[in-house]
Amino acid sequence: MKGLLDQQFENGGVIITKVDDLLNWSRLSSLFPMTFGLACCAIEFMSTGSTVYDMDRFGMVPRATPRQSDVMIVSGTVTFKMADRIKQLYEQMSEPRYVISMGSCSNCGGPYWQHGYHVVKGVDRIIPVDVYVPGCPPRPEALIGGILKLHEKIRSESRMKPTAIEQLMNKESQHV
Amino acid sequence: MSERREQLLSIIREVSHEEITEIPNSTPFGLIIKKEVLSSLCESLYKNPSTYFDMLSCITGVDNGPEAGTMEVIYHLYSIPFNQSLVLKVILPREKAELESIVSIWKTANWLEREVYDMFGIQFNNHPDLRRILMPADWKGFPLRKDYKHEEYYRGVKVEY
Repeated sequence: MKGLLDQQFENGGVIITKVDDLLNWSRLSSLFPMTFGLACCAIEFMSTGSTVYDMDRFGMVPRATPRQSDVMIVSGTVTFKMADRIKQLYEQMSEPRYVISMGSCSNCGGPYWQHGYHVVKGVDRIIPVDVYVPGCPPRPEALIGGILKLHEKIRSESRMKPTAIEQLMNKESQHV
Repeated sequence: MSERREQLLSIIREVSHEEITEIPNSTPFGLIIKKEVLSSLCESLYKNPSTYFDMLSCITGVDNGPEAGTMEVIYHLYSIPFNQSLVLKVILPREKAELESIVSIWKTANWLEREVYDMFGIQFNNHPDLRRILMPADWKGFPLRKDYKHEEYYRGVKVEY
């Protein structure tokens, strides 16, 4: 699907679109990530924000508080000591909120999968994850690929007709 | 260099009447000492103007496993004015692994001893603040012991892959 601004404006500057599309477009064009990193993946995350890769072209500006962020990029090894803090930060984010798991460590434990007594074997054991980016560490291109994948996901969302509520209502009507 | 070693050895023998053995082929020069003399020996090595070990570089813990039944604590000392390193090794029984703290001599020993305690469970007597430094406070067991088995769950999260 073409972006909203890529299409030609006609009809005297009036455009017609769906509320969903407008909301999704505005949401995915200004995903604020939370400023935090856990290990070497954070270095790649930082270079993604640098001039060469320019994360700002997606409207992404790192925010220093979970209350102003939309997406949490878990960049690095999640230890059990860190797990409580990550969960707390996630819970402090306002909805809609998204999580990108960046790198092998936060995907599945990475090189610590066997003898890492202190490592959580995948951040998805603590918080729900939307996009997994493989790599050890993933290059900035790979992280940008993950961000574009998240854009795709947000673009197909519908806030007007939440499917979860629909399913609940269907269940209730079946019981009656 | 060997002259300097002999000089060091004679100074150390003066302080401690206990048995002291040299670690063969050790670089830097190393000694195995009894745990009873550790703090008094360290204090005189620190204070004596002809040794002047003003820096504690490192404390290492070693677990030799349940079969050997011993644990080791290794101190790396360094004298900045003499450009001289010295290794002191203390061998402890595994079931009663405790020795005297040397925080009163080198303040840096505080965190180093805490780390050895955290990983091996070796008790340092008269340490001002002996608690875990790396692992969470409610962690069970000492991870670098040879017979360590991790818990199945930690705070409701599965540990195994």
